[in-house]
Amino acid sequence: MTVEELTNINSLINRIDPRVKIIEVFFFSIVVAVSNSLPVLLSALIISLGIILTAGIPAREIFRRLVPVNIMIIFLWFFLPFTTEGKPLFNIGTLAVTHEGLIYALRISIKSNAMMLMLISLIASTPIFTLGHAMLELKMPRKLVHLFFFTYRYIHVMDKEYIRLINAIKMRGFRPGTNLHTYRTFAYIVGMLLIKSFDRMQRVRNAMLCRGFKGNFYTIRNFSFKKIDVISIALMIAILIVLGIMEWTKITYSSI
Amino acid sequence: MDKNNLLINLTDISFSYPGEPEILDKLNLQFSRNEKIGLMGPNGSGKTTLFHIIMGLLKPMSGNIEIFGKSIREEKDFIDVRMRIGLLFQDADDQLFSPTVLEDVAFGPLNLGKSKDEAIDIARKTLEFLDLAGFEDRITYKLSGGEKRLVSLATVLAMEPEILLLDEPTTGLDEKTKTKIKKTLRELDLSYILISHEFDLLSEITDSIYTMDKGKIIFDKEVHLHEHVHAHPHGSYSHEHK
Ligand SMILES: Nc1ncnc2c1ncn2[C@@H]1O[C@H](COP(=O)(O)OP(=O)(O)OP(=O)(O)O)[C@@H](O)[C@H]1O
Ligand SMILES: [Mg+2]
Repeated sequence: MTVEELTNINSLINRIDPRVKIIEVFFFSIVVAVSNSLPVLLSALIISLGIILTAGIPAREIFRRLVPVNIMIIFLWFFLPFTTEGKPLFNIGTLAVTHEGLIYALRISIKSNAMMLMLISLIASTPIFTLGHAMLELKMPRKLVHLFFFTYRYIHVMDKEYIRLINAIKMRGFRPGTNLHTYRTFAYIVGMLLIKSFDRMQRVRNAMLCRGFKGNFYTIRNFSFKKIDVISIALMIAILIVLGIMEWTKITYSSI
Repeated sequence: MDKNNLLINLTDISFSYPGEPEILDKLNLQFSRNEKIGLMGPNGSGKTTLFHIIMGLLKPMSGNIEIFGKSIREEKDFIDVRMRIGLLFQDADDQLFSPTVLEDVAFGPLNLGKSKDEAIDIARKTLEFLDLAGFEDRITYKLSGGEKRLVSLATVLAMEPEILLLDEPTTGLDEKTKTKIKKTLRELDLSYILISHEFDLLSEITDSIYTMDKGKIIFDKEVHLHEHVHAHPHGSYSHEHK
């Protein structure tokens, strides 16, 4: 199981107040989302790479978490370069690849990865209860926080259930092939996964109710503003200001 | 029976899962303070279901539930009930949902309104009480089956409930752990209902044994009449002499 694994890493970043983490990720993402110049985006990517390296998260985990986003991005690369209007660079068959299209796809790729990396390094190192608690502290709507919490919690449940099912069929010597038996088995697995996960969710909910859960998140971790929080906020503000100035003044070769 | 000491009073509870035949059929149960009762019954007879009804996790089709002298009807009535009754789930996997042991054990006390420090303190003491000191930072889903069960018990005890509902607390445990649980239950001066298929266990730590049969609870036997039970390792099914 990997969903909560990263929360035990004892790194500097892990000690930042979760409220601070959320706010930092939030503003970083906004700045990256609205920026357009490639140098700014590249800098953002490099910064988030730098941060994730100090977070002590194993490289394998980082890659694993980047895969889903980048699968989406690969699809974008299949059509954005061809469908965006602009100066044709070269042709693939009858389709013209445009300069603008390439830049557009590149921008999206960099933006998504930079945001993901920042998210992984700051949020993935925070236990879910703590995160939920921090979100409530930040006055986010309770419904939204619950939605977030239970989505997360239940993804975890489904993942566990999936592993159980896979183990169960492996134990009985199942080997996938291209035959009806394989397809039927996979159909069963998907069906059972949904049903069993639903059942499990009910059980998690019951367990929480039985222990007096009334919709409040408490956490035993301390929320306190420490020196590291001040430092990290100062750093983040500095980063965002520099990125903002770069973007705004286009002091770099703005033609890219 | 003294009215003030009547903790749980179920009358004519009927229940069925959607599209299934009735599992509980006009069931009655009176449970008083300081009682320690055992509940037996074949697999699928509805014992777990009964516990879930008491906790308000399932709603009976008909019948009355009175707990701590109050008629319990709606979800909000059960909130108070759940603070005062601790349910140990049959499947320990159902019980633990926080990443670390300490967080899971502290979850209940926090919900009871304890401060963070108090909750941690209670959690640590409870773990210690169950000889689980050192488990604080273990990841809950990586514990062994028996460890999960002990931690589950800790999560329940940490809430300092007045009543324990124990759903097969010793199934799958080794003798040493079983003894530990028995000892714990004896030491704690609590009222409890204990579901188990082990007659020996029930005769050791409960005062009377009830059986679930055809959707009803029937009084089976006073345990002290059966000091000879250890000669009958197969439990109550093998000696039905009333
Ligand atoms: N979620 C459910 N939906 C439908 N039927 C259920 C559900 N849970 C249990 N049942 C059925 O209700 C009956 C009673 O189940 P219950 O778990 O209460 O039995 P039990 O007495 O605790 O059995 P065991 O000794 O095996 O734990 C069983 O026949 C079971 O198949
Ligand atoms: Mg049961």
